[in-house]
Amino acid sequence: MSIEYLGIKNINGPLIVVERIKGAAYEDLVEIVVGDGETRLGRIMDISEDAAVIQVFEGTSEISLTNSRIRLLGHPLEIPLSDEILGRTFDGLGRPIDGLGKVYPRVKRDINGEPINPVSRKYPRDYIETGISSIDGLTTLIRGQKLPIFSGSGLPHNELAAQIVRQARLPGEENTRFAIVFAAMGVKYDVAEYFRESFMQGGVLERVVMFINLANDPPVERIATPRCALTAAEYLAFELGMHILVILTDMSAYCEALREISSSKGEIPGRKGFPGYMYSDLASIYERAGMIRGKEGSITQIPILSIPNDDITHPIPDLTGYITEGQIVLGRELYQKGIYPPVMILPSLSRLMKDSIGEGFTREDHGPCATQLFSSYARVNEVRALASVIGEDELSRTDKLYLEFGKQFEERFISQAQDERRSMEETLDLGWKLLSILPREELDRVDTAILDKYYGR
Amino acid sequence: MSYDMNNTMNNAMNNALNRMGSTILRINGPVVKVKGAGNFKMHETVMVGNQGLIGEVIALDDNIATVQVYEVTTGLTPGEPVAGTGKPLSVWLAPGMIGNIFDGIGRPLQAIEEKSGPFIQRGVYAGLDESPKKWVVHIIAKPGDRVRGGTVVAETRETPAITHRIMVPPGIEGAVKEVMPDGEYGVTETLMKISTVSGEIFELKMLQEWPVRKPRPAMQRLAIGEPLITGQRVIDTFFPVGKGGTAAIPGSFGTGKTMTQHQIAKWSDADIIVYIGCGERGNEMTEVLEDFPRLTDPKTGRPLMERTILIANTSNMPVAAREASIYTGITMAEYYRDMGYNIAVMADSTSRWAEALREISGRLEEMPAEEGFPAYLSSRLSEFYERAGKFETLNGSVGSITVIGAVSPQGGDFSEPVTQNTKRFIRCFWGLDRQLAYSRHYPAINWLTSYSEYLDALDGWYAENVDPLFIKYRTELLRILREESKLMEIVKLVGSDILPDEQKLILETGRVIRLGFLQQAAFHPVDTYVSLKKQFYMMDIILYLHNQAYEVIRKGIPMSQLKETGFFDDVIKIKYTVKDDDPEAFARLKEKFRQGLENLK
Repeated sequence: MSIEYLGIKNINGPLIVVERIKGAAYEDLVEIVVGDGETRLGRIMDISEDAAVIQVFEGTSEISLTNSRIRLLGHPLEIPLSDEILGRTFDGLGRPIDGLGKVYPRVKRDINGEPINPVSRKYPRDYIETGISSIDGLTTLIRGQKLPIFSGSGLPHNELAAQIVRQARLPGEENTRFAIVFAAMGVKYDVAEYFRESFMQGGVLERVVMFINLANDPPVERIATPRCALTAAEYLAFELGMHILVILTDMSAYCEALREISSSKGEIPGRKGFPGYMYSDLASIYERAGMIRGKEGSITQIPILSIPNDDITHPIPDLTGYITEGQIVLGRELYQKGIYPPVMILPSLSRLMKDSIGEGFTREDHGPCATQLFSSYARVNEVRALASVIGEDELSRTDKLYLEFGKQFEERFISQAQDERRSMEETLDLGWKLLSILPREELDRVDTAILDKYYGR
Repeated sequence: MSYDMNNTMNNAMNNALNRMGSTILRINGPVVKVKGAGNFKMHETVMVGNQGLIGEVIALDDNIATVQVYEVTTGLTPGEPVAGTGKPLSVWLAPGMIGNIFDGIGRPLQAIEEKSGPFIQRGVYAGLDESPKKWVVHIIAKPGDRVRGGTVVAETRETPAITHRIMVPPGIEGAVKEVMPDGEYGVTETLMKISTVSGEIFELKMLQEWPVRKPRPAMQRLAIGEPLITGQRVIDTFFPVGKGGTAAIPGSFGTGKTMTQHQIAKWSDADIIVYIGCGERGNEMTEVLEDFPRLTDPKTGRPLMERTILIANTSNMPVAAREASIYTGITMAEYYRDMGYNIAVMADSTSRWAEALREISGRLEEMPAEEGFPAYLSSRLSEFYERAGKFETLNGSVGSITVIGAVSPQGGDFSEPVTQNTKRFIRCFWGLDRQLAYSRHYPAINWLTSYSEYLDALDGWYAENVDPLFIKYRTELLRILREESKLMEIVKLVGSDILPDEQKLILETGRVIRLGFLQQAAFHPVDTYVSLKKQFYMMDIILYLHNQAYEVIRKGIPMSQLKETGFFDDVIKIKYTVKDDDPEAFARLKEKFRQGLENLK
């Protein structure tokens, strides 16, 4: 496009207002050529016949009302895609930053994507074995699921995500069609580097596509980063038939960028200043996980959230939990006891595991074993509360057994080494072994037949 | 928007005012301003832009209309044309709705898939009017018959379980002039001609249209006197909802709102289920689509899909269509109600609908009330819930709509505006509890915070159809649970060992009720659905054991000895071990308990 517009009416935070723009469409991409020739990208986020509000991805510093020219590109933000993107690294807007040159595009895709028709979805039923007992046994990850890690600053969520990536295996199937899309939003350089290292050690680096927006990159760019990543994932999954694991970190930084833009637009804020449409906005990211009937591939998402002040009712984890299919919650108290991964199993949940475990999938006793572990561990917490009031010595015999069970459960079941892989069999057998610490009549969630077979084994 | 920016945008709009034709003036997310809109009416459906995206007029100011667009507005350009349709937002009503899945504004999603593939593209038209299917129609009316709105004039078998009664649309009155013979017809073919009282000829077809925001008329409301039987013990026994009633299920994420809704959709004894997936997960709708054709309706033995209508506006589908989806669903329900059916409408979740209202309201820059929700939130909620009820229809038959709305309170806090406003318009409250869900007590309905105001209206029915003691037993169980929860407070402080044996028995029976009665395993073949008879027998045996054990304790036998009998655990296992309608099994157990306790004494 050759028409350039000169003169900006108003600049406020990351937003600029340009008057008398003709022929531009809502959400179109524009180029802003700043004084000395530096080119920035922007997106039209409100447009009327005579003026447009443009959100500048790289920020507005050094833009004056007169020193910049605006060029309409006539299409929304698109990224070029082909199978060459595997092993490449891009910035938050999908431009290569690994010095390997441009991607020769087979197709170009609008990063906003389109919603999957619910009729066309395939219900996810195949589990992914991560080798981590607390996940495989109690919050089983399913191919096509979106299962976030709720964490906090200082907790080992990155280590856990990296371990999942290294160990994830589809049972009974070769892993050749498996790839990872990694999107970093506002993370520190060493976190991005940690993941790269870890991919390298796992020998999967050539199967990873990275989109990196670091903590010192412009926040507005973060709005586009997960969308670029998911557009790449959709291409790999639904056109090349690959199984894609998408890691999005850190969704809290994404939400904060969303809030920043919303407030400079002067929108009416919802809870804690986040915009009222944050639910829809997050859904437009998370709902891009899934499987499609008649297509080979799948997209599994593991978004990572660092929860401000460990408050699970904060809008970011709250809205996320309403959209995602469960959550893995990490706990500070467990971590302080030296337990890795510090998965707090009671608030953790995998919504899709109910249809993908048991006979024909994992093992017949998986469901009952998991339910009983949840239930008995919930009881442990009650007993601990009681013990802190009346003292351990005063507890009944059964209650003392609960304390012992709780201790061993945390130390032997939840806790494992970062390079330790336990098979599903091992995880379930361990579960029964620990349950057998308790008197048999305390196991009230399990069928007699299953108990006969597994109790005390 | 900051003052300056807003001013610029407003000036731009005012400058444009003088030009003619209805064209797009400004685009801000799903909200589009249109100039030259002098002829538009409030709530008129309009086609926006070159692609003809569907929208609805929600405000008119001078010559400028504000339109909410039901599709994604990316790529729209100011200056594109906007065309009015003259009609309010309406849905097609015709045979073929049952077993189908629609988007928020009533477009069949299967047809959209055929036209645009697995991803939903914009500007795609799909409707029941395009359905090529022929229906075997039996004509009931004869020439000369006097008919008016609601009169059943023909029928067709929509599914093996549902006869679709074709009715004269409300507002039409006259005499049948000529009828077509019985035979196979498409939905747009004329079945009969009616000379109306105003002297016109009305051609009656199966396909009819109704504006979604307007309740369909009925003769009168009737009193509620029969429960919606769900096969879920905590609901049927403790907090029943009447057919034609309203209920809410609030709960934070992971507490099992959707699971509870699915269980009711699967097992309740309504004739037809309308399931509105409003702003929820795509995979949940897919689960229903995959499961329901395989599950059988306990009443008819037919696949559940043959009595189910699905409305899906998943959380990533356009937000304005989310606002419309619950009206689309309840309009379809009213249409079947008018045929004399009992419908259960599941709205999952009404919070997403309220948030859609808030989002649109925010884009309109309206003055917010509580937590950013618009001030009209409560009136919109009441309008919706008031469309539930038991009715005498225009043709004299009796039909009902039960509305069960899930609520997703922010942060699980029931004091937020959607939960609080909903509570004013519903009479049955199933409060889900995070602590119960954490310990995998499902359904996680908290028996202390939940309530049903229908008990008085329903106790006659229970006495007549199940057992005269039913309500008495229920009250007794609740009393024990209340006492248990009080004792638990003490136990938390001092442990249970020091309690007297009578109170230990309360704790034990409370445990039996919680594990053996309130908890119900949705995935267990026997436990997923329980008949009212078995629910009654279960209560009976729990109370029998409790009362007998009490006698034994009075004789000085310690609780620990009682526990060793294993009787309490026997009762807990009944839900798995005894099938529906097996009173002998209960009698045998009672005898075993009697002898066992006798020996103790």
